[in-house]
Amino acid sequence: MKVKIVITPKKAVLDPQGKAVRNALAQMGYTGVKDVRVGKFLEIEWDGTDAESARRQLDEAAHKFLSNPVIEDYKLEIE
Amino acid sequence: MNFAVLQFPASNCDQDAIHALRCLGHSARYVWHKENSLGDAHAVIVPGGFSYGDYLRCGAIARFSPVMQAVKQFADHGGLVLGICNGFQVLTEAGLLPGALIRNRDLQFHCEHIFLKTVTGHSPFTNKIPAGKRLKIPIAHGEGCYFADEDTLARLNANHQILWQYCDADGNLTDTANPNGSLLNIAGICSETRNVAGLMPHPERASELLLSSDDGKWIFESIFAALQERPAAQTAN
Repeated sequence: MKVKIVITPKKAVLDPQGKAVRNALAQMGYTGVKDVRVGKFLEIEWDGTDAESARRQLDEAAHKFLSNPVIEDYKLEIE
Repeated sequence: MNFAVLQFPASNCDQDAIHALRCLGHSARYVWHKENSLGDAHAVIVPGGFSYGDYLRCGAIARFSPVMQAVKQFADHGGLVLGICNGFQVLTEAGLLPGALIRNRDLQFHCEHIFLKTVTGHSPFTNKIPAGKRLKIPIAHGEGCYFADEDTLARLNANHQILWQYCDADGNLTDTANPNGSLLNIAGICSETRNVAGLMPHPERASELLLSSDDGKWIFESIFAALQERPAAQTAN
């Protein structure tokens, strides 16, 4: 089972990378870009078929370790 | 006094910390991250470096090392713990200090001397710093921007937990003097119980005049003095 986790910086956190990417896109001519936030994408190969169990365990892992709740939010998706 | 200096895979400021402590006349030994005990240590230094390659987030993996359980217990019982640079990051990830350290706002790695204003002398890490003295100490980091939400910042202020702020040579808290964008120019803080502290600058690299500043020694002298004042020899055991 594949589990996808997307980790993004919280809105209140300064994201200089996002700003740098936005500026670069503007310079390249993509004038429609209003804002960019840069995050992380994790792809986890889970051994098992119980989606609920996988979600519960990886939710805990995401909260405890994979993301830092002080500065990041995460979204978990099971395929 | 005996100091334990932790070593994680890719810590690289552990030797400088040991050297500085020994130069200042105290005993210091390395404690490998897999050890379960801090031995007879009176205080712990969590040194700088790039533990675990800064993978995932700086300090995110090191905080789960076996030795951190011993550090947490030591801290819970009032033991003195100082995190330097990556060590500060490890302590915030471990929840022993509030807030987080994020990427420098200009995305540059800053390797330079800065000035620190000591905000309060009421802590085991600042009690010997001469009042009003600007500390000239080097930084070397790419992710040293201190962040905490508004409630946490208010609490840090109210509880006098902000120990050091970046300032210019005259002690002014300007934006130019802030190398990484840290909120409130925060360079270092302590816990609510005041026995755990962290700072991004490297006092262990400013403890000998040979290295162009020995202002860092005041932070270690403060720890030595605080340990001397303790009623009985409180060790990690």
